Amino acid sequence: MTDDIISRERAAAPGALRRRIGGLSDRALAWIFIVPTILLLLAINIFPLIWTIRLSLTNYRANRTNAELEWVGLRNYERILTDPDIWNSMQATAHFLVWTLVFQVLIGFSLAYLINKKFKGNDLWTTIIVLPMMLSPAVVGNFWTFLYQPQIGLFNYVVAFVSGVDPSSFSMIGDVRLAPWSIVIVDTWMWTPFVMLICLAGLRSIPDYIYEAAEVDRASRWRQFWTITIPMVLPFLMLAVLFRGIENFKMFDLVVQLTGGGPGSITELTSINLKREAFEKWRTGYSSAYAIILFVTVFGLASIYVKALNKVKER
Amino acid sequence: MRRAHLAATAALSITAALSATNAQAADLTLCWAAWDPANALVELSKEFEAQSGHTMKFEFVPWPNFADRMLNELNSGGKLCGLMIGDSQWIGGSAENGHYVKLNDFFDANGIKMSDFIDATVTGYSEWPKNTPNYWALPAFGDVVGWTYRKDWFEKPELQAAFKEKYGRDLGVPATFAELKDIAEFFQGREVDGKTVYGASIYTERGSEGITMGAMDVLYSFGFRYENPDKPYDMDGFVNGPGAVAGLEYYKALYDCCTPPGSSNGYMSEGIDAFKSGQVALQMNFAFTWPGFESDANVGGGKTGYFVNPAGPDGDQFAQLGGQGISVVSYSEKQDAALEYIKWFAQPAVQAKWWEMGGFSCLKAVTLDPAFPQSQPYAQTFLDSMAVVKDFWAEPSYATLLQASQRRFHDYVVAGNGTAKEALDGLVADWTETFEDDGKL
Repeated sequence: MTDDIISRERAAAPGALRRRIGGLSDRALAWIFIVPTILLLLAINIFPLIWTIRLSLTNYRANRTNAELEWVGLRNYERILTDPDIWNSMQATAHFLVWTLVFQVLIGFSLAYLINKKFKGNDLWTTIIVLPMMLSPAVVGNFWTFLYQPQIGLFNYVVAFVSGVDPSSFSMIGDVRLAPWSIVIVDTWMWTPFVMLICLAGLRSIPDYIYEAAEVDRASRWRQFWTITIPMVLPFLMLAVLFRGIENFKMFDLVVQLTGGGPGSITELTSINLKREAFEKWRTGYSSAYAIILFVTVFGLASIYVKALNKVKER
Repeated sequence: MRRAHLAATAALSITAALSATNAQAADLTLCWAAWDPANALVELSKEFEAQSGHTMKFEFVPWPNFADRMLNELNSGGKLCGLMIGDSQWIGGSAENGHYVKLNDFFDANGIKMSDFIDATVTGYSEWPKNTPNYWALPAFGDVVGWTYRKDWFEKPELQAAFKEKYGRDLGVPATFAELKDIAEFFQGREVDGKTVYGASIYTERGSEGITMGAMDVLYSFGFRYENPDKPYDMDGFVNGPGAVAGLEYYKALYDCCTPPGSSNGYMSEGIDAFKSGQVALQMNFAFTWPGFESDANVGGGKTGYFVNPAGPDGDQFAQLGGQGISVVSYSEKQDAALEYIKWFAQPAVQAKWWEMGGFSCLKAVTLDPAFPQSQPYAQTFLDSMAVVKDFWAEPSYATLLQASQRRFHDYVVAGNGTAKEALDGLVADWTETFEDDGKL
């Protein structure tokens, strides 16, 4: 098949080019196409990674390039792993990650299930629902700070209307108990449509005849949902969780705009903490070690997850 | 042929002449924060362009990103900025890491004397190491944290009577922080002109330097000291002494009792908004904001008053220094033009015009002029404030030191975690670790 394509391309090429292609083997041609990509990957992915690992073993500071570079071995790693502030940051990230995933999966799947039913205005509602994910996270963060404003914010007024409390009596982004939830709410608002779209693709991929067969077997709606819909949508759902999980692990812009990591450090996610170490405190060696630890964590978790996903798909 | 030769020679001569002009006139870029004084400087610099033939370009970055952006520029040896109006705390790092050109010889050669500038601004903006005659900048913009108040509200007879009844004294400019808190409490949640108003707007911003500038502004007058005057970098008992603890407790109490709802992350612009919109009776902010209040439709025209940071419980009275010096970036290829600009900018006539346009001149010839205190409603407050300034660390590690204080202060004041003593003990531990890393301890 490949030979056919190459022969056809060769025949279609002008004289000089035909002669030049004609002199190359398939393997050489393949290399010609692959080498630029490999070089690019080496230059922008592999080399920086190796360089970061090297830096993580030193006391290098990017703002003091004339200072003597000292080899510190694994001291940076040891300091990071024993630093309670880093663990607090990890905890804040875990809270954000878990709850955004829970809400986005539940709401996203529910919306997809509803949208999948044929009703009037179906397309319009789909468009309206996906609007938030089309906005820039920085813009979303900025306007939600206004929505959360205790004196003029719409969010506080809605809560006040429903609960009867004074709108200015609570501050979503200024209160330690509420701030972690304020970022969860905004991220859920923004990214649930993404999960919904993936679930919708999953729901629409289920052939109707399976449900028809289930109807013939007199399976109840509830039974159909648990034995047909959920198992067949699960790989899609897991994929959505993987995408959102990786994205939210490195969440930065939205939270910086909303809370700046505060109050105190209650919403200081690892990415914000890492940025402060690297580009405000200029502890380059230390932050390189921090970045490597985060990379290994995400890579490890994602690998385990992908294996689980493949198993689900095989079933 | 002869005619063609003549034409070619003429063309070459014109090109050469144009090239010569271009070699003399440079495109000089000045980097600073994006704020009102920067706009005034653009106007002022037109005069320099006309005189020198150089073209000025400006790179202004909003305050929250100013340090990130410009320190990146300096650390990477960037050639964008010929002139840098950098924050006062950058001076140590910029001098030690070779970002700025040392200006002593240039000052001597051009008759620019540092004794002609307000002493605190020379120490704060130009010297490194501090209190030594090593100059890396010309004081460009004097700034200090002070307070504004709603003079029109203070003058309302019904409010005066209510205040006197409650506190037994007249409603007026507070002389101490205790009095300031009384006033803030008095206004908190009160109806003024049919609107609910609040006590005070103070700095609480977490991301850059806000809460540190605000808390330090109070802590100094309560007895906070950065280090043992006899033993550099010895901080225990000074940073976390009883006075400092009381100061931080006061700042938290002021935040809890008397700020508008939703004030958990406010800095300069949030303070301006709160004051201009008539939300607060008192406002902590840098002096650079004051000209803007005078021209504002809501709070201008005599409705705003200004006062120096009040005294602490023992009568100590200090204020947080702001402001910047102008430096020549050592990586720039336009150093000659940059020096020319500094020479022009240092002239008394230019400095006088700078003040007129809203720039806070640091030249004594301007500020000590007998007409100066009457030149603007806030002029005397500015002078009095500049006489009591203190500044944050200006060490090369200032950013690390600042991030530590931002976290410790915000954790205690806004998030309400732990006690003031624990926050300051933690700060001593953080700062000690930083100085140990630097090899200074």
